[in-house]
Amino acid sequence: MSGKMVEIRWHARGGQGAKTAAMFLAEAVLTKGKYGQGFPEYGPERRGAPMRGFTRISDVPIRRHCMIENPGIVIVLDSSLLDSPEAGVTAGTSDTTVFLVNTTDAPATVSKKLGVKGAKVHTVDATGIALETIGRPIPNMPMVGALLAVNDMLSLDELKGALVEQLSSKFSQVVIDGNLAAIDRANKELVSA
Amino acid sequence: MEQKLVALSGNEAVAYAFKQARPHVAAAFPITPQTEMMHKYAEFVANGESSTEMILVESEHSAMSAAIGSAAAGARTFTATSSAGFALMWEVVYIAASLRLPICMAMVNRALSGNINIHCDHSDSMGGRDAGWLHLFSENAQESYDNSIMAWRIAEHMDVRLPVMVNYDGFIISHTADALYMLPDDAAWKFIGKYNPAYTLLNPEKPITVGPLDLTDYYFEHKTSQLAAYEKAPAIIQQVSDEFADLTGRRYGFAEEYKLDDAEMVMVLLGSSAGTCKDVIDEYREKGVKVGLLKLRTFRPFPAAYLAKVLGGRKAVCILDRSASFGGQGGPLFTETRSAMYGQQVPVHGYIYGLGGRDFDLRQAATVIENLKKVAAGGEIADINLLGVRL
Repeated sequence: MSGKMVEIRWHARGGQGAKTAAMFLAEAVLTKGKYGQGFPEYGPERRGAPMRGFTRISDVPIRRHCMIENPGIVIVLDSSLLDSPEAGVTAGTSDTTVFLVNTTDAPATVSKKLGVKGAKVHTVDATGIALETIGRPIPNMPMVGALLAVNDMLSLDELKGALVEQLSSKFSQVVIDGNLAAIDRANKELVSA
Repeated sequence: MEQKLVALSGNEAVAYAFKQARPHVAAAFPITPQTEMMHKYAEFVANGESSTEMILVESEHSAMSAAIGSAAAGARTFTATSSAGFALMWEVVYIAASLRLPICMAMVNRALSGNINIHCDHSDSMGGRDAGWLHLFSENAQESYDNSIMAWRIAEHMDVRLPVMVNYDGFIISHTADALYMLPDDAAWKFIGKYNPAYTLLNPEKPITVGPLDLTDYYFEHKTSQLAAYEKAPAIIQQVSDEFADLTGRRYGFAEEYKLDDAEMVMVLLGSSAGTCKDVIDEYREKGVKVGLLKLRTFRPFPAAYLAKVLGGRKAVCILDRSASFGGQGGPLFTETRSAMYGQQVPVHGYIYGLGGRDFDLRQAATVIENLKKVAAGGEIADINLLGVRL
């Protein structure tokens, strides 16, 4: 079963919405008949502190309940974590791991900084996009939009439908619209090596 | 039965299950990682989706005391806690059971201090294993939900009339979004049904005394009646679980037997680590290694005869405890399981793992199986081993 399972590890700082994104994606894939599992790593929950989130997506029920050590996809919401060995962005990755990084740097620059040979590195200015569309530097949903440019777990429309359904009770229409626009833009503006 | 596939955290799933039982009263005090469950429940009440009377209390001791008063008055009642919250309830936890009050409690398993730790282990509920409650354990959000539906029927059955604790692992289950099937409200209600208290404090036609002085004359007899209820509980648990299976297709017993039919080697454990082990067992099965898993669901009542039968004749058995018993002969699950197997010639060893939420990963599960292979081949291993700790 593990062969069919997508394992995503999120690296972010508290307040960037990685927990929301990790759990949201797990719920969103249900509409596609897939199973999802999403959870953050809980520590001292402080805004700005490094944190990790985890999402598993599978065609069959997910049984394992452990952290993701060998992620197929690594999503980095804060590029300053690339400089922090403690953040462990590359831990357990291989040359088949796909990296998605929120940065204005080019993929080649990030690739060099990470020291990963062979792994596919994609970059997108999710914070910039979030500021322009949502009005706040919350890069989580744009990064989900960017993810769909490299993985077909959901279509953009399915993602947006799930977002409206899940977030409309919690957020205003302005925020929802901003997130929808951010998803579209990040999906288009992802730069691949 | 048409069931809806949803993604919920374990806490949310349990909140829904409790709401579907239409309890009259809830009394709880917030403690991580249980808090989110009561948040969700308070939301139901605030939105008018539940008419449960929520009693705000200033501590867990008061939460359980309020639950006892409410249940003695004849109201369907629940509470929820974790870790130190359960420890603070201590005195009244025993009273709930002694008074034969069918209170349901979500126990979101968390380590006890010190040092302060908010993550999962089973040292909280294990401390209360002799308090007279029934303890059900859950592997994932689905089982947490299902146990929280079945708990009412078990607790309130006239042959049992004991409080039930539904255990699920803090954060690992309580805060993880997980896919599960939920019953429609009306189907859940039809299954659980209305609660008919045998006695109620609020009936002037039939006045009763609750909790009087009980000294050398009758205390022992009352404890004996509690023990007798435990004797009857297994049959009721199975009966309720079978009815639940007819309704949902999800079958439960005293334990889940995973690939046990031809297993020469068996791992025994509780809770969320079972799923991780299943994935690793499958890998070993592909290599022809005959290993299986027995995931205990009912720690109280402890199904000793069942375990002796299922585990008998294996080449090696190991028991994994997510709690330590300081100065004892291994964790609580180990000592009781090994005792259940008394007289059998099956080599049994144990592990302490995952204290304070230490991740139980695929590698640890593989280590356990490698050790089982060694023992099955006649090798030696210590009675109690530590798993996943830096030495």
